[in-house]
Amino acid sequence: MTQHTTLFDNGAVDVLTFDLDGEVFAIEATLVQEVVDKAPETSVPGAPAFVDAVINFRGRIIPLADLRLAFSLDAHDASLDSRIIVIAQEIEGETTLIGLRADKVYEVTTLNEAATEAPPRIGLRWRQDFVQCLAKRDDDIIVVPDLAAIFAARGQPRAGATVIPL
Amino acid sequence: MSSADPVEIFRVEAQELLEQIEQGLLDLSHTPGDKELVAAVFRALHTLKGSGAMFGFDALAGFTHHCETAFDRVRKGEVVATPDLVAAVLNAMDHMRALAEGRPCDAHVGDALLVELERVVAAAGGAPTAMPAAVASAAPAPGDADQGAGLKTWRVVFTLAQDVLINGTRPLPMLDELRDLGECRIRAITDAIPPLEALTPTHCHLGWEVEVTTDQPRSAIEDVFMFVIDDMTLDITEIGREADPAVEAPPAAPAASVPPQPTTAATPEPEIASAANGDAKAGRADASVRVPAQRLDELMDRVGELVIAQSRLKQIAGASQDMNLRSVAEEIEHLASELRDSMMSVRMVPVAQLFSRFRRLIHDLSRDTGKEIDLITEGETTELDKTVIERLADPLIHLIRNSADHGLESPEERLAAGKPAAGRIILAARQAGAEVVITVKDDGRGVNRDRVRAKAEENGLLAPGAVISDAELLQMIFQPGFSTAAKVTNLSGRGVGMDVVKRTIEGLRGSLELSSPAGEGSQVALRIPLTLAIIDGLLVRVGPERYVIPLSAVEECLELTPEQDARSTGRSVLTIRDQLVPFMRLRSMFNTKAPPDAYQKIVVVSTGGERVGLVVDQILGDHQTVIKPLSVFHSEVGAFSGATILGDGGVALILDVGHLTSEAALSDPSPLRAAS
Repeated sequence: MTQHTTLFDNGAVDVLTFDLDGEVFAIEATLVQEVVDKAPETSVPGAPAFVDAVINFRGRIIPLADLRLAFSLDAHDASLDSRIIVIAQEIEGETTLIGLRADKVYEVTTLNEAATEAPPRIGLRWRQDFVQCLAKRDDDIIVVPDLAAIFAARGQPRAGATVIPL
Repeated sequence: MSSADPVEIFRVEAQELLEQIEQGLLDLSHTPGDKELVAAVFRALHTLKGSGAMFGFDALAGFTHHCETAFDRVRKGEVVATPDLVAAVLNAMDHMRALAEGRPCDAHVGDALLVELERVVAAAGGAPTAMPAAVASAAPAPGDADQGAGLKTWRVVFTLAQDVLINGTRPLPMLDELRDLGECRIRAITDAIPPLEALTPTHCHLGWEVEVTTDQPRSAIEDVFMFVIDDMTLDITEIGREADPAVEAPPAAPAASVPPQPTTAATPEPEIASAANGDAKAGRADASVRVPAQRLDELMDRVGELVIAQSRLKQIAGASQDMNLRSVAEEIEHLASELRDSMMSVRMVPVAQLFSRFRRLIHDLSRDTGKEIDLITEGETTELDKTVIERLADPLIHLIRNSADHGLESPEERLAAGKPAAGRIILAARQAGAEVVITVKDDGRGVNRDRVRAKAEENGLLAPGAVISDAELLQMIFQPGFSTAAKVTNLSGRGVGMDVVKRTIEGLRGSLELSSPAGEGSQVALRIPLTLAIIDGLLVRVGPERYVIPLSAVEECLELTPEQDARSTGRSVLTIRDQLVPFMRLRSMFNTKAPPDAYQKIVVVSTGGERVGLVVDQILGDHQTVIKPLSVFHSEVGAFSGATILGDGGVALILDVGHLTSEAALSDPSPLRAAS
C-alpha cells in the first residue's frame, strides 16, 4: 500500500495514541496541532452526524469530527477524560483544521514499521479503506486510521463491498 | 506562499502590464491619434519584453519584441493606429498572456499573429518603402521643423525618483545617450544629498543639469527619458541657438500646417503640465505598496480576532466596578473599531478595476455579433471589497453578454425603430448605505414577455394560462431550469443560466432585480454589501443555539401571540398590515430538541422581494459580526453562509436567508435533511 509506505519514512513514525470506545487509535504526531479540553460546541443543523458541530479554536471556527461514527463505535457522552485533538489535514486541496473527539488521549509513541500490518481483507468490522494499518503492541492492537479516506467519505461507515460485517 | 518566487512576481507584473496595454489599445481605438497613449502602450510593451527576457520568458520576449517593433512605427508616426491594427495587437496580446502564464502555446499561432500584424501595419502605413514620403507630407512633428535648422543648445535638468536604482535604471547610460546627441556639459546637482549618517546608499540622491548642443529636435531629448518619465522631474529649456537666423523666422508655421501633437514640443504650457503630472505620478508611486491579497486576508483575520477579544473585554469590564479597567476597555473598543474601519478601507478597491475588463468584452462582442455597441461606465470610483469584486466578474460578464446578445438589436432594426445605430450598454455603480448598487442597462428591445411566458410554460415552471404579475413573470428568468443551457462552468459566461447569476449574487449576500419597461431596454440592478468580511447581524436564539441573521435582510420583529402559535402547526401564515406573510419555525427546521420558550418571536426577513417570518425563541439584539467561513463539510449544508465568534467565545452560525427560504419553499417544512 502506498500510504503504508509513506507513513513510515525511516521505518518508524511518531504517533499520538488515543481511545475511542475502548479501541486504541493512533494518528501521526506531526498532524497534531494541539490537544484541548472540551470546548463549547455549536451544532450545525443539517450537517452529517460525523461532523455535526463546530468549535472556536483560538479564534478560528473549526469542524468537530467524530471518528467513532466512521468506525461504528458507540459515541459516549463526554467524560472527564474526553479531549479534542486538533489536527491539520489537507481536504480537497486546502489545509483544514479539524477537531477530533477522543474518549481519552494516551501518549506520543513510536510505531515501528516491522510491527505493523496492512488491514486484513476479512475479519475487519470496519471499512477497509478507512484503516491505513494495524500495529501490534504488547497484546494490544493499535488502529492507524486513513484520515484522508475518512474525510473524503464524510465518515460514512458503510460503502459497497469493502465492508465485511462480522 | 510563493510571493518570493521571481517567476510569480514576473507573472503579476506581466498581468498588470498586459492590462495597461489592453486598456491603452482600447482607448486608442477611440482616439487613434493620441500620442501619449501610443507612447504608454509602447513603454508597457518594452517593459514586458525587458522583464520577460530577464526572467527567462524568452518566447514571450521574442514575440513581444516583434509587436514592439510594429508599435514603434506607430509611435514614430509612420503608421496610423487603425482599428485593424489595434485588433491585431489585441489578438497578439492574448498570445502574450498565454506565454506569460506559461500555458502551452503553439509557435505557429504566434507566427500567424505576427504575419497578420505585419500585414495590418503595412496596410495602415502603406508599404514600408513608400513610408517616408507619406509621412513627410502627413505629419512632421513640430520639432522636426527645426531639423537642419542648425544647432541649438538646450538645458536639461532632471532628477530621478529615489528608488530608481532598485528598479535597474542606470543614470549613466542616459547621460551617454545625451552625449550622443551632441556636445554636452554635465553638472551634477548635489543639493539633495543628505548628511552621511542619513544617506541611504541604494538611493539616487543626485540630479543632473546638462547643457547639450544638438541638431536633434527636443523630442530626441525626451526620448532619452522615455522609460522613466513617469517617476522623474524633467525640465528642458532652450537656451540658445547657433543657427542662421533665416530659418528661425516663421514660428507660426508648424502650428498652422500640422495636426496637433500632444508632445510637449510646441508651447511651454503643456510642458509645465506634464512636469506637474510627472510629480503627481511620482508621488503616487511612492505612496502605494503592492501587497499579496492573502496577507490582507490574514491581517483581516487578526483584526477580526481582536474585535472578538475586545468584545469579551467589554463584557468583563462592564461587570466590573474598576473604573480604570472600564476606561481602558472603552479606549480599546475605540481603537479596535478604528482599526477595523481602516482595515476595511485597505481592502476596498474601485470598481473601475472590474469595469475596465469589460471594455475588451464589448470590443469582442461587437465584432462577434456585428452590432455596434457603446459601453458607458459610470461611478467607477465606487469602492468594493476586493473579494467581492473578483466574484462579481463572472455574473457581470454574463449580464453584459445577455444584453449584447438578446437585448440589443441589429443596427438595421435599431434604425428602423428610430434609435441610433449603435446600441448602448450602461454599466453604473453607486453606493447606497452599506450597499453598492451595480446596474447593467441596455437600450435594446427589452424583455419579450411572451417568449418568457412560453418558455416558462414549456419548462413547467408556470401553469399554462396562469395569471401572474408582470414582476413575477420577469422573475421567471431567474428560476433554475428556465435556461435550457446545460453547461454551468464555462468561464465566458456563455451557457450559464440567469439562476447561476442569481445564486452567485446571493452568495455574496446581495440581491438582484430585473426591470424592463416595454420598448425601453432592460436593466438589472445588483445590490451588493460593501464587504464580505464583516456584517451587521441580528443575534437570535433557537433552543440552546444562537444564530445571526444578516441585518440587511431583516424587516421587522414581532411577537408570535399564543393564539397564532396555537392555530398553526408547521409552516403557517400570519397577517402583517393586511399582507399575508408565511412564517416558518427555525426550531423545527433545525430539529431543536429543547422545549420552546413561552413567547416565540418572529423575525420578518425579505429575500428576493418575498417576505418570510422566521420564528425564534429569543431576540438577543444587534451584533456586529466578523464572518468566518465554514469548512467544506459545513458549506455543503447551504443553510449557513458562515459563522461568527461571539463575545463569550461561543460560536453562532450565520443564516443564509435566501437559501433557507428557498429550501423551505421547495420542500415541506421538514427539518434540514442531514446529508448522511
